[in-house]
Amino acid sequence: MRILALFILTFIFWLLLTLDFSVANLVAGAAAALVTSLLFAKYFFKKVVKFLQPVRYFWLLVYLVIFTWECIKANFDVAYRVLHPAMPIKPGIVKIKLGLQSDFARTMLANSITMTPGTISVDIIDDELFVHWIYVRSEDPEVYSQKIAGKFEKYIKKIFE
Amino acid sequence: MNSMVSTIFISIGVLFNLFGCIGLIRLPDVYNRLQSATKCVTLGTCSILVGVLIHSGFIDIGVKALIAIPLLFFSATVAAHALVRGAYHAGIKLGDKSVKDDYKDAVK
Repeated sequence: MRILALFILTFIFWLLLTLDFSVANLVAGAAAALVTSLLFAKYFFKKVVKFLQPVRYFWLLVYLVIFTWECIKANFDVAYRVLHPAMPIKPGIVKIKLGLQSDFARTMLANSITMTPGTISVDIIDDELFVHWIYVRSEDPEVYSQKIAGKFEKYIKKIFE
Repeated sequence: MNSMVSTIFISIGVLFNLFGCIGLIRLPDVYNRLQSATKCVTLGTCSILVGVLIHSGFIDIGVKALIAIPLLFFSATVAAHALVRGAYHAGIKLGDKSVKDDYKDAVK
């Protein structure tokens, strides 16, 4: 079941990458996708059922819109700090409690944090995520956890968990 | 019309790549430099790729540009994480302006 799911995904990826629907290309793509999925299926997709729940795709779309907007804001923020003559930065590494359980959801959260205003995720130790922040706005753990992770956490929970 | 929109996107992309490079030179330590290197350069390059997609339409070149965007996102974020963590474990100190370091207690 897992192998089938990964096979379909890699085959679609191959078709997008080549965009050539001749028989030879389809056979080559199927062979490559089969080898990939046989080798790597055991590392991905703990529960294949999640792929068949349409509500997850809806939240994924909502999440993509919010994420793109945050990402554009992040860029203007960093560009402003870089170009300002006095360079208003106040960097530091802060600690955030994680509310997510599965590995994939955590990876997605860490990646999202890296792409948003002035933050890079450094490491995950047990249930805590360490984040380098270019401008530490507050000293209170509750406030900055909400500011950095809160927005994404609730959507990622709906999509991947 | 299409070529005008794609030119605008590509110009914005080049501009943000320029900001990212200025940040690489101006910011004080390796952690802050990575901030500008990941954020500005990723959005800049994505914007260039969107420009290419609009310019060429949904033929093979355009679709390749489109699927390069998520690949770039994942590789840039993972590379930034690996570089930051590697730099910290190699013993590079945070810059003088830093106000807080929770990670220090955790790695010991």
